[in-house]
Amino acid sequence: MNYDVVVIGGGPAGMAAAVSAKENGANVLIIERDNKLGGILNQCIHNGFGLHYFKTELTGPEYADRFVQKVNELKIDVMLNAFVIDITANKKLTVISAEKGLLEIQSKAVILAMGCRERTAGAIAIPGDRPAGVWTAGLAQRLSNIEGYMVGRKVVILGSGDIGLIMARRMTFEGAKVQMVCEILPYSSGLKRNIVQCLDDFNIPLYFSTTIAEIKGKQRVEGVVVAQVDEKMRPIESTKRYVECDTVLLSVGLIPENDLVRDIGMEFHPKTNGAVVNDFRQTSVDGIFSCGNVLHVHDLVDNVSNESILAGECAARYIKGELPKGETVNVIPGKGIGYALPQKIVKGSGEVKIFYRVDNVYKKPKVVVKCGEKTLYEKRGMIMAPGEMENVVLNKSDITSDISVSLEVDEK
Amino acid sequence: MKMTCINCPMGCQLEVKLNGKDVVVTGNTCARGLAYGKQEFLLPMRTVTSLVKVRQGGVVSVKTSGQVPKSKIFDVLDQLKNIVVDKPVKIGDVIIKDVLGLGVDIVATKNMI
Repeated sequence: MNYDVVVIGGGPAGMAAAVSAKENGANVLIIERDNKLGGILNQCIHNGFGLHYFKTELTGPEYADRFVQKVNELKIDVMLNAFVIDITANKKLTVISAEKGLLEIQSKAVILAMGCRERTAGAIAIPGDRPAGVWTAGLAQRLSNIEGYMVGRKVVILGSGDIGLIMARRMTFEGAKVQMVCEILPYSSGLKRNIVQCLDDFNIPLYFSTTIAEIKGKQRVEGVVVAQVDEKMRPIESTKRYVECDTVLLSVGLIPENDLVRDIGMEFHPKTNGAVVNDFRQTSVDGIFSCGNVLHVHDLVDNVSNESILAGECAARYIKGELPKGETVNVIPGKGIGYALPQKIVKGSGEVKIFYRVDNVYKKPKVVVKCGEKTLYEKRGMIMAPGEMENVVLNKSDITSDISVSLEVDEK
Repeated sequence: MKMTCINCPMGCQLEVKLNGKDVVVTGNTCARGLAYGKQEFLLPMRTVTSLVKVRQGGVVSVKTSGQVPKSKIFDVLDQLKNIVVDKPVKIGDVIIKDVLGLGVDIVATKNMI
């Protein structure tokens, strides 16, 4: 089997990339491991999606459906219940399909759109027992919203990321009592809107600099010991207290699911855990592109769609030999910047949008982009937090050597 | 009444009071915060999203077609408890017309064929 572009993953990133590659003339296949397209959007039944991209407020399944319709209209090949088990730098894929068995597919370009998986309990090593009733928030969300199961009645949530906050409301709507949300950091990585509308609306307390020090229970979770943490994030003995619950939900971060491409010589970024890409979203392996949450964790699906449309278009241009191949420069995150993406820019003309996250909460920071001694951009913002991805648009013709993005801050 | 503004990551702590007939907002740093504080004080509104049972198995996600008063969220959810719908369900299908007389419908947000 041969294709111009194979897209791995049929979530929001994969669908947008496939639509864009097809619209730019490529022969495209989407490989999706679930039994339908849409990815995690299918289980995000809350609203708030699409305000930027579709200029209207949609729920997750509605947002997904708009792209599913486009995939169908464009007659893009879709392989469901199929899993890529191997990929080479020459873009040969080994695939296991429930319907077709073991397959080999040769593609001219590949777009990685596998999304993230959740950090698990083991990965953050909570001491104590390992009874039933400890779930990652996203898994609980799937069990509740797709399978229709009630996952617990008395809940403690660890981590104040958006999925944890959304699940606090969802469980409350299903009649559960959410006892509290514990956040080990002194601030939340979740959106303000979610803190207000998922916690404050229902008087669910959110404790900062607080963690679960121990899980207790034999068959099922019976309770947890929560404690405040010191500056080294160690539980403070004197603050320990017992909280009764039958369920613990973990919303402690997402990890881009790049295992498939770890052994093909691809360069990865230590902060994003995704591939290092240039402004065409091309990785260090020629003809392999990356977009969406497998590249870096986004807070808005609208940004995922836009990034993936760019990746799809560039993959289509790549197979036609139209993608510029000039000299590249680096984008270097400076003071106050967690990461900036793309990490590399191919010199040329036109505009380039640099996305970045700050590494802490800053009030009235000035963002400065420099190329050597020359300042390409500077702007003072009101407030910046790691939870919100920012961006700056630059003219590529101004970029003659490595550029840096940094913050100048008066107060934290 | 104290509340957190949701318009931006600043999350200004607002205090809203009634001064005679005027709603007075303090703690905001912009016009959006002022409007938000007033609305939240007078009549906070929310879109409700939840699930209803499907007779042939599973659940289908639903939402209110517009916002409802925050104080009515659990009354709306109560209306969904005993609803069972039949396949096929299409996005936008009305599950309950004019729920509780609030002027909005409960509509499906997922296709189940």
